[in-house]
Amino acid sequence: MVDRIIKRLYTFFIVLFLYAPILVLIVYSFNDSKYRGSWNGFTLKWYLELLRNFEVRQALEYTLIIAILSAIISTIIGTIAAIGIYGMPVFSKKVVLNLNYLPVLNPDIVTAVSLMTLFRFLRIELGFTTMLLSHITFCIPYVILSILPKLKQMNKHLIEAAMDLGATPLYALIKVVIPEIMPGIITGALIAFTLSIDDFVISFFNSGPSVTNLSITIFSMARTGINPAINALSTLMFISILALLLIINSRSSKSINKKRGELYEN
Amino acid sequence: MKIKWASYPYVLWMIIFIIVPLGLVLLSSLTIGEGVGLGNLGFTLDNFRKFFENEYYVEVLWASVNLALKSTVISLLLGYPMAMIIAREKIEKRNIMVLLIVIPMWMNFLLRTYAWLTLLGKNGFINTIVTKLGFEPLDLIYNDRAVLLGMVYNFLPFMILPIYSVLTKIDNSLIEAAEDLGANKFNVFTKVIFPLSIPGIITGITMVFMPAVSTFVISKLLGGGQYMLIGNLIERQFIEIGDWHFGSAVSIIMMVFILITMAITNKFDVDKEGGGGLW
Repeated sequence: MVDRIIKRLYTFFIVLFLYAPILVLIVYSFNDSKYRGSWNGFTLKWYLELLRNFEVRQALEYTLIIAILSAIISTIIGTIAAIGIYGMPVFSKKVVLNLNYLPVLNPDIVTAVSLMTLFRFLRIELGFTTMLLSHITFCIPYVILSILPKLKQMNKHLIEAAMDLGATPLYALIKVVIPEIMPGIITGALIAFTLSIDDFVISFFNSGPSVTNLSITIFSMARTGINPAINALSTLMFISILALLLIINSRSSKSINKKRGELYEN
Repeated sequence: MKIKWASYPYVLWMIIFIIVPLGLVLLSSLTIGEGVGLGNLGFTLDNFRKFFENEYYVEVLWASVNLALKSTVISLLLGYPMAMIIAREKIEKRNIMVLLIVIPMWMNFLLRTYAWLTLLGKNGFINTIVTKLGFEPLDLIYNDRAVLLGMVYNFLPFMILPIYSVLTKIDNSLIEAAEDLGANKFNVFTKVIFPLSIPGIITGITMVFMPAVSTFVISKLLGGGQYMLIGNLIERQFIEIGDWHFGSAVSIIMMVFILITMAITNKFDVDKEGGGGLW
């Protein structure tokens, strides 16, 4: 009994620790004052401000465009690469996979600085393109890492069967391999999207003054005080992610229940 | 079916965007010069000498390693019990609890870190309570402790999740066997559960120590303008001062320190398979 109370209390404190700043953000998005620390009453004006504030809106646009583009491109390159790596001989596979791990294991700031050095060396001006290229570069490894296990799980004879039945390699790839590894591809794309949307360090070093995403905007606002419209925006984003998670969760638990029901009926 | 040529485009991509850039950083750390290009290509160790001969820089390095180690230890002490509590729950409850730990990471980490200013500031939430209770307001912000708190706050989930995933994989019959043979709870933990969870702990330590030692954002937001960690030093060299050669040298020094730490932690890995990954 005491054991249980201690467990509950501990969980409560850890969750409180993790959520306290988020609660603060949400509460202050309804605060009728530009300054944090003083509560002047309830308002929705920051949500309206969000529609009008050009700076915030443009940062949001860039964040989303970069995230969608880098998710799509890194998923395509990553999927093709994963299929190729899967078919490689053991030694070169090891080499490629170890190199692939570099951006995952390197601290963000090292990846960021090295890409910045590359762009300077090639005399490419920092801006939208460099930001997109660097986002793709740090997303691909995660896509590959989420697809490779699915390829290993796949039954090898499926492809042989398809080709025995007259499918060309390309046809077998599209009709057999891709559907088999689809869950991995989707996971990879989602990871790429969230990594890109949340990135600060790599974007900070590899974007010019003309292009900023939300993180960079927040960082530059932090010195003078963050516009509460940002709080409003992140409250909206947070709630939509939460809703999405709840929908996915209820759908998957429904399908589990359904499967269980079928099991019991048999 | 083996179509290894499919990986060639990505191999090319890796060479251009991963290997060449790191090579360029190494190269520019070994040269000096100004402006675009690699300067005069005479190799020199001046950048490294500049770092180690200046007491200030060495102190910054020491402070970063020190803070990162502290935050790793605190995250481990806070995270391990939490991972154990989650791992012991029923499967439905387990998934919900894992979600609870993951969800905060979906909100922009700069904003979450910034929100701590509202909680810790001079007129902040905690100090309002403290002064209402009749005490002197506490000095909670713009110091070591605030940066440490920011690190633990941001990286704690990275400690909890790998340990949790290893703990759930432990074969329950091992624990039952230990109990049958007369081990008490303490012995079961020290002799069975803890040794089996070491791969998860190592992943957790790496995933907390590495971002903690290289951060420049947390120290800038919670440590105030003058606060310097090795990450801030690198950022200053590349963004403000523009001494790319020295900045590259500092990056290389930081990477060496991370590699040393990882080598030391990996010594404790009993089974070299490393089953504690997040994937």
